[in-house]
Amino acid sequence: MSDKNPKRRDFLFTATYAIGVVGIGAVAWPLIDQMNPDASVKALASTEVDVSSVEPGNTITVLWRGKPVFIRRRTQDEITEAKKVKMEELKHPEKDEDRAKDPEWLVMLGICTHLGCVPLNDKGDYNGWFCPCHGSHYDTSGRIRKGPAPTNMEVPKYEFVNANTIKIG
Amino acid sequence: MSDHDYQPSSKLGKWFNDRLPLLTLSNHLAEYPTPKNLNYWWTFGGILTFCLITQIVTGLTLAMHYIADSDLAFASVEHIMRDVNYGWLIRYVHANGASMFFLAVYIHIFRSLYYGSYKSPREVIWIIGMIIYFLMMATAFMGYVLPWGQMSFWGATVITNLFSAIPLIGEGIVAWLWGGFAVDNPTLTRFYALHYLLPFLILGLVVLHIWALHVPGNNNPIGIDIKKPSKDTVPFHPYIVIKDGFALLMFMIVFAFFVFYSPNILGHADNYIEANPMVTPAHIVPEWYLLPFYAILRSIPDKLLGVIAMFAAIFVLVILPWLDTSKIRSAVFRPLYRQFYWILIIDVLILGYVGAMPAEGIYLLVARVATAYYFIHFLIVLPILGYKEKTIPVPLSITEPVLGGSPNLGIIKNKKSLN
Repeated sequence: MSDKNPKRRDFLFTATYAIGVVGIGAVAWPLIDQMNPDASVKALASTEVDVSSVEPGNTITVLWRGKPVFIRRRTQDEITEAKKVKMEELKHPEKDEDRAKDPEWLVMLGICTHLGCVPLNDKGDYNGWFCPCHGSHYDTSGRIRKGPAPTNMEVPKYEFVNANTIKIG
Repeated sequence: MSDHDYQPSSKLGKWFNDRLPLLTLSNHLAEYPTPKNLNYWWTFGGILTFCLITQIVTGLTLAMHYIADSDLAFASVEHIMRDVNYGWLIRYVHANGASMFFLAVYIHIFRSLYYGSYKSPREVIWIIGMIIYFLMMATAFMGYVLPWGQMSFWGATVITNLFSAIPLIGEGIVAWLWGGFAVDNPTLTRFYALHYLLPFLILGLVVLHIWALHVPGNNNPIGIDIKKPSKDTVPFHPYIVIKDGFALLMFMIVFAFFVFYSPNILGHADNYIEANPMVTPAHIVPEWYLLPFYAILRSIPDKLLGVIAMFAAIFVLVILPWLDTSKIRSAVFRPLYRQFYWILIIDVLILGYVGAMPAEGIYLLVARVATAYYFIHFLIVLPILGYKEKTIPVPLSITEPVLGGSPNLGIIKNKKSLN
């Protein structure tokens, strides 16, 4: 029987396997996708923060989407230091102007881009942040200067709602 | 197992065995011919089985009281410690049991390395063993997250972030693992589900591991192929059962010492502080059994390469049967390999030590040298040694050196007869 019409049989086998694979994929996808961030997690998209009480040289940390966000009111010295760094010295070149819309306020995710620890304020060789987990040093603009982290600390989407309120997200 | 023509003595036994040959299986296990020169390093297979059963039984009972919820998990663990009858005992046995499990598995693995148990025809046993080891690490890691202390939280953050090193899809994978934008409640509930599942997968693999072992039979300290059954073998029961049982008792003394006299010495004090996503502890350290791999990860200043090196450190073990080119199994007859073996052990201990230290200065330098040597041992020393090493002649049977008075005498006699 198989000798009689091999091409027809091959076609049927291939078609059956193909439908089988599609079927398995269709069944597997909901089981895989259920692990992705769910609707209630995504709904917590933005946070408003009152920054009126933050003095120059201080940092506050707020939670946004379960992650810490650093909001630092920088001193004039820190701004000068951040601006005078030459691009060629940076592992991940970004101008300070592009990271801080208002140079006095630096808003960024307080998460080391290496493996996700929270770096410590006012520490490290560049007067910015130091990650205690694996020794990454960040400068006063939150840019990676030394250590295993590949990129600068991420700047989230944020805006000044008014002079005293920052909306993150 | 097809070479069995066992017949149960009772009529009922015969009736049952014809329908499901469980009695044939138990007869095979009891009669299983075992090399008569097995030393105490061979008792760790039985000890590991005990460890797995202990973890499953204590884990099941803990699960009756633990609550996998980021608001309640930490308190529920304290509830187990203070309120539940014998909860402290069950939890301390489970937590220290994980360490004892790894202690035994490391001895078991290094015994294989010394006596060449991973070599042909036992490659499949070895690879299944390595999969078990990998699943053990995953299970232990997820179990450590469940108490929801600071080390739980930040350990989970660091380890899951390893996947963010994968180009392009890394961030998506990490969000998928977390079920959010950071380690949070969805991460805890899925880790709990998987922590419950994986031990049963390990149990299944242990059955395959033993099945694969029973095809060629045990390796032995002189690493030669033996006839089975013969003058060189003894039946598993009662000889090995008694020996394994005695070794298990000794092991349980060590186990009990940790549980009753220093139950927290292998843990970290920071894990008695509830998880706080705003503050990272000053020194994040994984559990001791993961430290050598952690040291390898940190020794490389590039994120992706560090992660690759860490996984490669496990992968070189998987392909070890093909990296070691020597035809001689046991290090007893490999004078050079024996020295490199001890250097490797020292190297792994050094990696473990620097893994617990801050990643800077001299520690970082030592970690880099030790990491380099780890890979040199497996990728350069072992393949070359198989060709260059002048090995000592191997006796033809286990009985031969024994009858010759001492193993060394036997070897010398053998040398003469070969010359």
